[in-house]
Amino acid sequence: MAVRVGVVVFPGSNCDRDTVHALAVAGAEPVVLWHEQASLDGVAAVVLPGGFAYGDYVRAGVIARFSPVVRAIAGFAAEGGLVLGICNGFQVLAEAGLVPGALLRNRSLRFVGREVTIAALRDDTPFTRSVAVGAPLRMPVAHGEGCYFADETTLDQLERDGQVLFRYVDPAGTVAGPTDAANPNGSLRAIAGVLNAAGNVAGLMPHPERAAEGILGSDDGMGILRSLVDSAALAAHGRVQPVGAR
Amino acid sequence: MSHFRFAINVTPKPGILDPQGRAVEGSLGHLGITGVSDVRVGRRVELTVEAADPAMAFATADRLASEMLSNPLIEAYAVEELGATSSITSSAAAPASPDAD
Repeated sequence: MAVRVGVVVFPGSNCDRDTVHALAVAGAEPVVLWHEQASLDGVAAVVLPGGFAYGDYVRAGVIARFSPVVRAIAGFAAEGGLVLGICNGFQVLAEAGLVPGALLRNRSLRFVGREVTIAALRDDTPFTRSVAVGAPLRMPVAHGEGCYFADETTLDQLERDGQVLFRYVDPAGTVAGPTDAANPNGSLRAIAGVLNAAGNVAGLMPHPERAAEGILGSDDGMGILRSLVDSAALAAHGRVQPVGAR
Repeated sequence: MSHFRFAINVTPKPGILDPQGRAVEGSLGHLGITGVSDVRVGRRVELTVEAADPAMAFATADRLASEMLSNPLIEAYAVEELGATSSITSSAAAPASPDAD
């Protein structure tokens, strides 16, 4: 039986259906979770999709943070449940303090919608078990507030503890500097995605669900989604614990 | 219960990149303005709190400012007291505006 993976829908979510589709392709049974519900319906993992939850008013993600479903997700995450935030979902997780750091306005001040290349730094997490370390992964970004920020001490700690999950790289795989074209938003240390300390919550700005089938021009995102679905299936059977920080 | 009016000013913390402030600074030449620097763009939120006393009202405004209106990682905030409003109706707290319905 396919593992049940929740996809949260906020008012203003706009990648929820793509995410539902891509998760089904990855072998899951997607379950739509409405923002006002305080129960996660027994899903084995949760994805917070992209969009503009609550209009992105005040700061992207902050109003969503106080919704009943995100409070439920915080409890689920505290018990080791697998949670992945994509784009706006990453912003929600950051605002909720479920992953470290903050997403600032893009350095260019412009909304950026284009393909980027990222690379995973680890292949031993629930989100990257089917991804090769350092392999260039092509997928789109589409955001106005994606400039990853944390103070220098925190950045050092994240790198030391293996919590930097993805970086923006150029097509050859070289890590992008903050002002390089390969870094779409000016993220510090080219961080495109991070992991929480316990290793069961991750967020990334690029959209794996928009690069999950060949017909979309790239299926490099499928490795991330398949990793999550496979990890959720194992977690549902109590056979694996999320890999924590190093 | 009384009504108290506050303004909450949220600004990017020192050292945080503020591309909006940069953009404003970059446009000064178009206005023929010189000698302006360190532009930081923030947000001002005005609101009315119903509470028994000023201290309780301030505590409510401060909680809202710290938990929702600002992100402590990147933004600082200051709560400014605009005084008690005499009337019960919140519409009296501010002049009527065309879209006040």
